[in-house]
Amino acid sequence: MRKMSLEMVYRLAKKDKRIYFIGSDLGYGTLSRFEKEMPERFLKEGVSEAYIIAMAAGLALEGKIVYINTIATFLTRRCFEQIVIDLALHKAKVRLIGSGGGLVYAPLGPTHLAIEDIAIMRAIPNMTVIACADAKEMEKMMPQTVDWPGPIYIRLAKGNDQIVSRGSFRIGKVYQYAQGKDVLLVTTGITLQLAMEARKKLERKKISVGILHVPTLKPLDKKTILKIFKSYRAIISIEEHSLTGGLGSSMAEIISEADFADRKLFRRIALPDAFPAGYGSQKEQLVKNNITAGDIVQTAVKLVK
Amino acid sequence: MKNKDLDKQSKYIRKVVLDMLAQAGRGHLASAFSITEILLVLYNHILKYRPNNPEWPNRDRFILSKGQGCLSYYAILAEKGFFPKEKLTSFCQAETFLGGHPEHAIPGVEISTGSLGHGLAVGIGMALAAKRDKKHHRVFVLIGDGESNEGSVWEAALYAAKHRLDNLIVLVDYNKMQSWGATKEIVDLEPFADKWLSFGFAVRETDGHDKRQIYSQLKRLPFKKNKPGLLICHTVKGKGIKMTENNPEWHHRRDLKGEIMQNLYQGLEDYR
Repeated sequence: MRKMSLEMVYRLAKKDKRIYFIGSDLGYGTLSRFEKEMPERFLKEGVSEAYIIAMAAGLALEGKIVYINTIATFLTRRCFEQIVIDLALHKAKVRLIGSGGGLVYAPLGPTHLAIEDIAIMRAIPNMTVIACADAKEMEKMMPQTVDWPGPIYIRLAKGNDQIVSRGSFRIGKVYQYAQGKDVLLVTTGITLQLAMEARKKLERKKISVGILHVPTLKPLDKKTILKIFKSYRAIISIEEHSLTGGLGSSMAEIISEADFADRKLFRRIALPDAFPAGYGSQKEQLVKNNITAGDIVQTAVKLVK
Repeated sequence: MKNKDLDKQSKYIRKVVLDMLAQAGRGHLASAFSITEILLVLYNHILKYRPNNPEWPNRDRFILSKGQGCLSYYAILAEKGFFPKEKLTSFCQAETFLGGHPEHAIPGVEISTGSLGHGLAVGIGMALAAKRDKKHHRVFVLIGDGESNEGSVWEAALYAAKHRLDNLIVLVDYNKMQSWGATKEIVDLEPFADKWLSFGFAVRETDGHDKRQIYSQLKRLPFKKNKPGLLICHTVKGKGIKMTENNPEWHHRRDLKGEIMQNLYQGLEDYR
């Protein structure tokens, strides 16, 4: 997914001279083709996130469209005020591509785990927040970022993810991947894959499952979400993110303010409000934190029975 | 530095600032008085701009990174015709764009500032864009000494030289006072000029209230080819009224009415 997002930055920059790329001390050789072919628009900067964001705002205010890539935690937490003031307040067209959203950097520990990135980005006015399911969705999404107003946070998941997305893609829209009667699984980012796996298992148990994928967490397509929620009694949100402030929180906000005729049963599958303990792989951490297809099945069964 | 007579324009701008303070009852008086002459030289002689077309692409960019100095800035922008002078007395009212820190909605203001340590890096982005686009306008960023406590100032400083931005001129309002007291007591910035030199800036110093001296430093730019320029302006915080000079009590006040305001007007008139 990261490879595709950066490949798209390269392809878009080839066509559009307004596009600049800033890397914050990235891995050796990253986007070397961009650097070689468009050196004047390729800024190889150091470990200085606060400076990079503010400087990108200066470029954007002069008409450039700036893509920045570094590790998600450093791109969100370290320079939060620069994002709020220099980017969001000025509606600067800067695109933050955060590598390793969620538990991707599990072996590197809590300093590198972006488990609250969606929450903090979602709290900023004028910000757009996107978490794609896979490289295919990323490929369709990226061209739309060029002229999209204001700053965008793009959360990247682990590379070589299984391709599950299909159909067209618009920023700001939600996508129904399956229709069902008993329970609706709401996903963002790579949890779409888990939901699809869980659906197969649940259908075998004669539980009819719908899937609603929410790649754009802000602005939220509230109208469509409400319409779809109406026909389900049970709703489960699934995210590789803290319980606080992410997909589950935003769905809870919608449900609690909607005047549904029936009472909805709602559960959030997410990371606990705690720093993840231990290391291991992303997959191992997901298992440890009960974010698997099996966990979705269990939650759904309990909810509908 | 000796207290010299302020000229008519310097006194007039300060008088307008007092009028705004009297309306709002609050504001950063001393910060504004510290930079009045720097701003006057910039807007009288150095910056290229068109008040009737604030977005004119070839304008020089000016960023007041120490946003709390905005009162003098507003007075001068109005004086130059960026917006009607009558707007000034709306300072800090519910329905105005003239708040306690400048925002980019104000004609002539490039970016919103207020939180310190942002302006230099944004200015670097603007200067870099101008270089890449082969444009000849310049970027001026006015920062404070208290502001120079922020790590982000020095983070940005590292890169101004790397990008060889000789179209970038940083002005430092070095009044040696910050909100809590003397900079020397809070965190000493000295050797200040040497620090900037070592970061790759072409550094000059001036009396920040002597307009002729400021002008003679800025009339020919860049200071040095391929290097960002930095002018340390030695200033007096609260300059122009004896009781507000070098007095940390006047960094920000919210009790400005009645007798206090009368004393300020009188103090400005009597200033020698």
